[in-house]
Amino acid sequence: MYSTKYVKPNSTTEALEAIKSLGDGKFLAGGMTLIPTLKQRLASPDGLVDLSGCKLDSIAEEGETLKIGAMARHVSVAESAVVKKVIPALAKLADGIGDRQVRNRGTIGGSVANNDPSACYPSAVLALKATIHTNNRSIAADDFFTGMFETALEDDEIIESISFSKPTKANYVKFPNPASRYAMVGVFVAQFGDEVRVAVTGAGEGGVFRHQEMESVLSSNFSADSLSSVNIDSDGLISDLHASAEYRANLIKEMTKRAVV
Amino acid sequence: MGEISLKLNGELETRDVADNTLLVDFIREHVGLTGTHVGCDTSQCGACVIHLDGVSVKACTILAKQAVGADITTIEGLADGDELHPMQEAFHENHGLQCGFCTPGMVMSAVEMVNKNKDISEDEIREGLEGNICRCTGYHNIVQSVKAGAAKMGGKN
Ligand SMILES: Cc1cc2nc3c(=O)[nH]c(=O)nc-3n(C[C@H](O)[C@H](O)[C@H](O)COP(=O)(O)OP(=O)(O)OC[C@H]3O[C@@H](n4cnc5c(N)ncnc54)[C@H](O)[C@@H]3O)c2cc1C
Ligand code: FES
Ligand code: FES
Repeated sequence: MYSTKYVKPNSTTEALEAIKSLGDGKFLAGGMTLIPTLKQRLASPDGLVDLSGCKLDSIAEEGETLKIGAMARHVSVAESAVVKKVIPALAKLADGIGDRQVRNRGTIGGSVANNDPSACYPSAVLALKATIHTNNRSIAADDFFTGMFETALEDDEIIESISFSKPTKANYVKFPNPASRYAMVGVFVAQFGDEVRVAVTGAGEGGVFRHQEMESVLSSNFSADSLSSVNIDSDGLISDLHASAEYRANLIKEMTKRAVV
Repeated sequence: MGEISLKLNGELETRDVADNTLLVDFIREHVGLTGTHVGCDTSQCGACVIHLDGVSVKACTILAKQAVGADITTIEGLADGDELHPMQEAFHENHGLQCGFCTPGMVMSAVEMVNKNKDISEDEIREGLEGNICRCTGYHNIVQSVKAGAAKMGGKN
């Protein structure tokens, strides 16, 4: 790892000051993506601003939403009584991330800010009509993910929390990569009355995306059978050593069917 | 650089470290406890698993400075003098290791999982070992060891 500076502020205000004074600084959350990246010398920030002292880890029901602090670790979301009650699919998603030790450190804010095309959380954010609250604005999920590893966040912007809309029903099913457990394809299906949202991760060359055709089919008939007629186009899907675009297209349909119960 | 203090196996350890020092290097190089291993640089193998405030983490993916003030247990801190921890005994009795490289991480993961859930099932053990890779044993004896360790630690399965 290149040499770097480490600071641990006690509030987001101090964190913003710290990142400005560092030049090319980076926020450090769970470190489960950032530290391996630094170890492989794929990045050389002037400094790291640890957000773990900024008290951003609360989880609470707020009216029609479930609000989760950016520093809530995957294990906390997986084991939270409130999450299990209000959106059990989200607890299930968190419980399926990586392995126990990754879940003990990794955070929801880090996962969403990173927008890895194979990460699980972005699909929940998109399907559950979430709002991303930063230190100076609120961004709707539909405007947040702008491409593989790209988001609407500015360089010095901190995600403070994420509010998920409470669905009537929701489910997440992934086909994990057998080695890393990242999603080879993951599908989050959420029903809000007559509206259905289907978000697909692990498959798109541009990162997480909604599948409009499956959404409209499921809105008129919420059943796995109704998906049989849908044709999933492999254009724009990832082809790599793990799976071809055609195989991923097939997995998208299969995972969606399994998610519709 | 800067001085940091943390508790390691019950002893307060204070050292001067660079900001980019990994916790695993602090433990191995600065303090000299080499039971915690490093088997990969992708955070996947689990040879480096330790307990940080009672929770299992990969010491290769956390900076020493992130652990300031923490209470850390490594494989060296499990035994009580000459008496092995029940999970260590179980690995010994069930031939849960061959070369032993992955074993410290396996044992640390196993202890946390049984501390959280004494009546752990075989499926839960296999899921719980997701983050630990062994190149030698094929996992069968490791799973048997964790089962036996859980029983010694008071579990009913
Ligand atoms: C072996 C392994 C398996 C994994 N398996 C999965 C899996 O199955 N599914 C999955 O979804 N993920 C998986 N992950 C990734 C894991 O979920 C990471 O925890 C996550 O992607 C990043 O979160 P973090 O808290 O560790 O962030 P960090 O690594 O600390 O940060 C990641 C990036 O986000 C930025 N950032 C962090 N927090 C904020 C914030 N609040 N505001 C603004 N920017 C911020 C950082 O500056 C950095 O650029 C795996 C990781 C490993 C090592
Ligand atoms: S050394 Fe492989 S996970 Fe830490
Ligand atoms: S015993 Fe050799 S790597 Fe597990």
